[in-house]
Amino acid sequence: MTKQSIHSFKMGLMAISLFALVACSSTSDTEEGAMDNEGSSAGSSSSNTARTNPGSTSGQLTQEEIRAQNALRQTVFYFDFDIAEFKPADRETLSFHARDLAANSNKRIRLEGHADERGTREYNLALGERRANSILNYLIVNGASRSQVEVVSYGEERPAQAGQSENAYSRNRRVEVVAR
Amino acid sequence: MNLRKSLHALVAGTFFLLSFSAHAELSIQITQGVDNPIPIAVVPFSWQGTGVLSEDISQIVMNDLEQVGEFRPLSRSNMLSMPSSEQEVYYRDWRILAQDYLLVGEIHRAPGSQLVQVQYEFFDINRELKLAGEVLTGSVSQLRDIAHEISNVVFEQVTGTRGAFTSQILYVVAEYVNPERTNFRLEKADYDGQRAQVLLESVEPIMSPTWSPNGREVAYVSFETDLPRIYTQNIATGERRQITNYPNLNSSPEWSPDGTKLAMVLSKDGSPDIYVQDLITNQLTQVTNHPLIDTEPSWTADSRSIVFMSERTGQPQIYQIELGASPFDVERLTYDCFQCLNAKFLPDGVNLVHVRRETRQNPNYQIAVLNVETLRVITLTDTALDESPSIAPNGSMIMYGTKFNGRGVLDAVSIDGSVKFRLPSTQGDVREPAWSPFLN
Repeated sequence: MTKQSIHSFKMGLMAISLFALVACSSTSDTEEGAMDNEGSSAGSSSSNTARTNPGSTSGQLTQEEIRAQNALRQTVFYFDFDIAEFKPADRETLSFHARDLAANSNKRIRLEGHADERGTREYNLALGERRANSILNYLIVNGASRSQVEVVSYGEERPAQAGQSENAYSRNRRVEVVAR
Repeated sequence: MNLRKSLHALVAGTFFLLSFSAHAELSIQITQGVDNPIPIAVVPFSWQGTGVLSEDISQIVMNDLEQVGEFRPLSRSNMLSMPSSEQEVYYRDWRILAQDYLLVGEIHRAPGSQLVQVQYEFFDINRELKLAGEVLTGSVSQLRDIAHEISNVVFEQVTGTRGAFTSQILYVVAEYVNPERTNFRLEKADYDGQRAQVLLESVEPIMSPTWSPNGREVAYVSFETDLPRIYTQNIATGERRQITNYPNLNSSPEWSPDGTKLAMVLSKDGSPDIYVQDLITNQLTQVTNHPLIDTEPSWTADSRSIVFMSERTGQPQIYQIELGASPFDVERLTYDCFQCLNAKFLPDGVNLVHVRRETRQNPNYQIAVLNVETLRVITLTDTALDESPSIAPNGSMIMYGTKFNGRGVLDAVSIDGSVKFRLPSTQGDVREPAWSPFLN
């Protein structure tokens, strides 16, 4: 019900960002050099740097914006066994999520914490909440407002993958960012 | 014996019960028995009426006694005679077959009513002595109740312990439909998995079912509002009440033995702590206060202390706190495990049933009993993912959730680890058994 509508909403978001990406890549083809692109034209003139300001009205996306969009498309964050803190490698991606929330004060998300099936159900429910809170706290420190983020833990009740394999367990220890 | 009265109350109650459909069929398999079970002959009860009875009372009694492992019922085909009352009993027939005990009975239509009367008699073969006998009256739909009641009498006569065969269980069934949908059901059944009834169905998770001490209500966690909240439900009327709506996690309800309070876990102030809500005044009292996880409260028999799991020393361990004490005045009960979780005292108040992970290297979670006076630990199970232990009202067995062939099943083990039986489900994952108090 709500789950389904959230998912179709997610699909919608994905379609929009995909469209933006396509639009971006096609325009950068036609207007070469309009955007700073560290990867391919790092050595170009210094004026490039000045032109990467976000207020640009050209309708094109800056490198930073592309990275932001890629980061925002990552909505599942995986955790190590019995660990409640998110992986350091996810810090940058989560910073983009925080900045996105800060820049869009009407945006609301839900952090859904999960655990693998090892250990008791109540402990895993609490552990899932700690995992979601570790991300919540990072988002707030980086500019999101507390009122934008709802936290819920499902513990081990909603596994992403069934089974008793280490692979299934690692996919189930996660926090999902769900748009509301 | 107030069976007659309680059976009539049961008829009235049954009328209001929710859907009987779509329940998981559970049936018992004995996986391990004792070395020297007591030989007992349960003769088929004679039926002095027309038509065929829907239940075979003596077979139900045989199953009951066999399931707890202490008895070995004699096969019917080996019986030399089939008495149905004391006058027909020849002790020699049963001594030849090396039987210690004998149960016989007959069933009549009660004069001028739709009820049936079950008359049974129970004998000690070696002493040539009648130990018990009475007439139980009920409707045809209550034949299973009558059979379990007879099992209770036999069990108590032989072992000295009150039988728990008329008790019931709650459990949760999760049925995977597709990646977007799993159906969750809260069900209630006889202790042996028979006569399952659905108490609640939801597409959002249901967790932590538990009984009120009088057996008339259940409490559980439901995510039906998208958030985990605690509800109580009257079993007979189906009437529900949402007990909590605090921010964040609301979970792990557990009735105090005196029935006046509900212990629970709330993380409204940031981290999960133990709270007690008075069910009459609705007053909420915080019991523990620690930035790491405190959860899984259970009560001591005097309703004055709470046993709980806490991560405060790094890994889950079991602690005890007295109500009204300072949140810092906690007593640690477990030391010698990597993780000890989900603990509750047996009726003796000395032996603590819990879930145990022995070492960091050993990833298995098993059911164990710690004697808090001698500190002796007995591990009762040898499977890997055992959880949610629930104690039979007579303290003789523990039912728990585990995995078998990748599916959630309910297993039971005797308190000394010698006897095991399993209630496999024909559909879905079955989990979180909660064994009722004595219901009669």
